Amino acid sequence: MHRDGEKIMAKQKLMGLNGDEAVAYATKQVNPDVVAAYPITPQTIIVERFSEYVANGEVDTEFVAVESEHSAMSTSVGASATGARAFTATAANGLALMWEIVYIASSLRLPIVMALANRALSGPINIHNDHSDGMGARDSGWIQIYCENAQEVYDTSIAAWRMAEHLKVQLPIMVCLDGFTLSHTMENVMTLDDETVHKFVGERPFIKVEGHLGEGEFRLNPEMPLTMGPLDLQDFYFEHKIHQVEAMEEALKYITDIDKEWAEVSGRKYDYVEPYMMEDAEVALIGMGSMVGTIRYVVDELREEGIKAGMIKLRLFRPFPSEAIKKAVGKVPVLGVMEKCLSFGAPASPLMEELMTTYYHDKEKPMMKNYVVGLGGRDVSPDMIKQAYKDMLKIKKTGKVDKLLTTIGVRGE
Amino acid sequence: MSKRTWQELPKGAVSYKSSMDYKTGDWGVEAPKIDHSKCTKCTLCHFFCPEGAILMREDGYTEPDLDYCKGCGICAKECPVKCIEMVRK
Repeated sequence: MHRDGEKIMAKQKLMGLNGDEAVAYATKQVNPDVVAAYPITPQTIIVERFSEYVANGEVDTEFVAVESEHSAMSTSVGASATGARAFTATAANGLALMWEIVYIASSLRLPIVMALANRALSGPINIHNDHSDGMGARDSGWIQIYCENAQEVYDTSIAAWRMAEHLKVQLPIMVCLDGFTLSHTMENVMTLDDETVHKFVGERPFIKVEGHLGEGEFRLNPEMPLTMGPLDLQDFYFEHKIHQVEAMEEALKYITDIDKEWAEVSGRKYDYVEPYMMEDAEVALIGMGSMVGTIRYVVDELREEGIKAGMIKLRLFRPFPSEAIKKAVGKVPVLGVMEKCLSFGAPASPLMEELMTTYYHDKEKPMMKNYVVGLGGRDVSPDMIKQAYKDMLKIKKTGKVDKLLTTIGVRGE
Repeated sequence: MSKRTWQELPKGAVSYKSSMDYKTGDWGVEAPKIDHSKCTKCTLCHFFCPEGAILMREDGYTEPDLDYCKGCGICAKECPVKCIEMVRK
């Protein structure tokens, strides 16, 4: 359904796009007001393609070729504050360089859309995929969606604007796509026509806020001046942080509405949590990003061998959909948490910690074990995933989790 | 004055009051006292004041705005005829 309520299933065109091109093409169709970006592998193609669209006059966007990611995010904040639709893209060290402004964007409640081509954080320097960049930003107050394939990247890059700009939400959003595995791999992508995308995203809506001159739209406007980003000390900062907590709670309620609307237009429905073969599963893995496709393939193979394997794809990481996860996990006795991130000195990796917290007070909960894989772009092969399932079968048999976290695919482990 | 709860505050940390409403004059210990009988209307105190708290009057004399003056004493230091004295508030 479009914003104006018209119901339509749009005609679609099949295109060969890699993940980065899918972001660029979707963003071209959205035609945002400002794109400020600095090229960084594996996100470079997004900015490259988009600057071609600008040069060819295919978009009305003001393209700002900034000198660093710090400036890319600063420009996005400034543009979004004036009421413009602002887009940027980055990866790993680029995200690290824009860090302080990333937090400012969310606390100022600016619905910026940023594609994050997930890449390992240096050092030593590495340009390939893991989730250390996105997971590092998990407390930054941004919505985070992890995509499985280029199709999902395309769809999410459009729907993201509506999620971020929802009047109850008003938060920036990261559309995460695995570096190289998705960003540089060409896939079949069904695309909608420009007009359908325009109608779906509509115009950016504004909340009303009370400024010092009275109530007005939440954007910088010389006719109705507002103060944004004031010094916020002991007497107000804490309350404003609670606003961000509330916004995330609202996001958890309303993102699903946008997913439903998108399904009505595109025929493709996404959920926060997507279970596969979980009804009777005895061992299951939960994970995010491109590796869930491989996990699903392994589940099929294990099922042929008579093993009751299941899996859960987690798409939405922030806000964290605890209830939806519990529903998807059901009564599975053993849950493996597979992730591409390590937190040095922590009891477990980020997703594992979120799940342990989710279940802590429950009497009925699965035995859980954390499997860390694929750091620095190391391939996550079906064999590695099978190894995790075999380990979980052992846990089910013995009724004991030998240790909270283990790596798979490390020499000497 | 009781401050607003988080539910009552505008989103995005927008200020619902002007900085003019935030009287900062009680931060300091001293305030300038200008002796207009010695003043030559040079207005250096107005231009040197880092807070814009020395106001110009229509008659050409200057006058401290005690709502915002923090008592730093720069006006008294810079006055060429020493007609400004810092006195305890």
